[in-house]
Amino acid sequence: MNTVIQPNSFKTGPDEEGMFGIFGGRFVAETLMPLILELQQAYDDAKNDPAFKAELQALSTHYAGRPSKLYYAEGLTRHVRQLAREQGLDGGAKIYFKREDLNHTGSHKINNCLGQILLARRMGKTRIIAETGAGQHGVASATVSARFGLPCVVYMGATDVERQKPNVFRMKLLGAEVKPVSSGHGTLKDAMNEALRDWVSNVEDTYYLIGTAAGPHPYPEMVRDFQAVIGTEAREQILEREGRLPDTIVAAVGGGSNAIGLFHPFLDDRQVEIIGIEAGGRGLDGEEHCASMSAGRPGVLHGNRTYLLQNKDGQILDGHSVSAGLDYPGVGPEHSWLRDTGRVSYVPVLDNEALDAFTLTTRTEGIIPALESAHAIAHAVKIAPKMAQDKIMIVNLSGRGDKDVHTVGQLLGMDI
Amino acid sequence: MTRIDAKFAALKAEGRPALVTYFMGGDPDFDTSLKIMKALPEAGSDIIELGVPFSDPMADGPAIQAAGLRALKKGMSLTKTLDLAARFRQGDDTTPIVLMGYYNPIYIYGVERFLKDAVASGIDGLIIVDLPPEMDTELCIPAIRAGINFIRLATPTTDDKRLPKVLQNTSGFVYYVSMNGITGSALPDTSRVAAAVQRIKKHTRLPVVVGFGVKTAEQAKIIGSAADGVVVGTAIVNAVANTINPDDSLVADPAEAVATMVKGLSSGVRASSASFAAAE
Repeated sequence: MNTVIQPNSFKTGPDEEGMFGIFGGRFVAETLMPLILELQQAYDDAKNDPAFKAELQALSTHYAGRPSKLYYAEGLTRHVRQLAREQGLDGGAKIYFKREDLNHTGSHKINNCLGQILLARRMGKTRIIAETGAGQHGVASATVSARFGLPCVVYMGATDVERQKPNVFRMKLLGAEVKPVSSGHGTLKDAMNEALRDWVSNVEDTYYLIGTAAGPHPYPEMVRDFQAVIGTEAREQILEREGRLPDTIVAAVGGGSNAIGLFHPFLDDRQVEIIGIEAGGRGLDGEEHCASMSAGRPGVLHGNRTYLLQNKDGQILDGHSVSAGLDYPGVGPEHSWLRDTGRVSYVPVLDNEALDAFTLTTRTEGIIPALESAHAIAHAVKIAPKMAQDKIMIVNLSGRGDKDVHTVGQLLGMDI
Repeated sequence: MTRIDAKFAALKAEGRPALVTYFMGGDPDFDTSLKIMKALPEAGSDIIELGVPFSDPMADGPAIQAAGLRALKKGMSLTKTLDLAARFRQGDDTTPIVLMGYYNPIYIYGVERFLKDAVASGIDGLIIVDLPPEMDTELCIPAIRAGINFIRLATPTTDDKRLPKVLQNTSGFVYYVSMNGITGSALPDTSRVAAAVQRIKKHTRLPVVVGFGVKTAEQAKIIGSAADGVVVGTAIVNAVANTINPDDSLVADPAEAVATMVKGLSSGVRASSASFAAAE
């Protein structure tokens, strides 16, 4: 592994070239380059404009329902303490959920979409395109497009269209056009390729609303900034509730937007352990997982350098995860950098572990979590019993699981 | 002077534009694509663009994407693409070869090792779609140092303010993508192409070739009269695809199909010589 310089602060990136160490950058076709530069200029102006901030703040409060709650998951905490006793331990950390599932549209995705739609309007763009995996970002994009009266085209892998039917229907209800993409395995990677092709072909009027903290600079930075409200709120809320910072924070990482949103405000709180959970799929031995940071290596795709699942010729692999939102062979570049600096640990959780956590959370908390979030909960349940009872953990409950009931029903052999 | 520079100097003396032909290495398989490559110069191709297949060709249309996937399925790789070039070079030491593809396979191969092997294989230039000038330290500067031309794409979105940056480290020729969009889309308005070529020529003395959308001899003639060269890609890739049955068997000889098409296109660029000379 490369030796990575330890920075004084983990919060200053990216640099002017959009790099987080060796990761990130602007690896795009020349056609897109002027647009990326225009977008960066527009974003730099917007973030320093009090009127932009005020408008976003008002929408976040009255439309999306922020701040989202920080909820003490008492039932799950009781469960991990029981597990501890069964292992002859007296531990069991106190688990809090950051309730992004309670946002309008049911996930953290709305945070980013509100920010970017305001930016698109500022830039005078009249057509919105987006890619989506689980459909959460597609729904959020369709939602803000409806709210602001802009036409919206959502690219979605054909496989995902099949396994996320309720979200496809929601997008259509909201007036968006859903275009299934059948190249590759028909998942998020292929949807992103197709969205980039659309953008290259319609540069004049189209705004590409990327849903995760990946892609060419400035997207990773911008999406992170719009999602950082998660961590900023969580930090204030835990200080108010417990009078101190948490010991551990955990979030699932696909492209990594909910995770970077929770992590970023805590990066310089060195006493806080930060853990990102990758989709371990059916195990890391074969190719049926999406753990790019645990089992991949750095490469260049979709405009940035980052950890990728690829073969020895640099061809990108498709990967697999039970959760459509984590089914992506790459990850946002800032995560790659945080991995190499050692500030954040990234560990895989298997499909079946996530399924168990899905069921467990539903039964112990009366909350149906998204399969993405269930990955994070699964790891929390694994490590909490070994932590003392006075330890505090925050898990990002990035979305609600209603969209996943068909998938889970199938896997559990139930007909719904 | 690289083979590319020599070729453009010779064409200038001849008073006609270049015919630049793109095909996908390894499509439909390694041996057949070597036959296709060998047939190109004889059929009238002046410069060969050798496509390197990539799993995620985000700036290419369905035709080139499908060609890349066919090649990958047959085991094509960057290593084998270099081998293809090397074998072609054994019988042809003058036709320039430009490798065209995406950065990741090269990054994984290792930039220094790649450049060494590319030079040894007789590669003259590189077009790497996802490396804009902002990323020049990655491959462009090392390539120039290794004596390989780094050819850049200019597009309608590349305005006068940006052109100097795009052209700064460009050598060999400039590839003007005559419209925004993916490869293989519809042909744009010719007068706009001519104006764009003249706009670029105000910033550089390099030859300017125009690509994206040319399919027929007539189109090649018209575009050729306004530029230093015409690139044909998707039409050639389609000519290959049309010889392949769904079960991978061949209905016709792909090399012959490509040669027939290129001969036609070549008659087009040769017919545009008069107007080209007049424009000089």
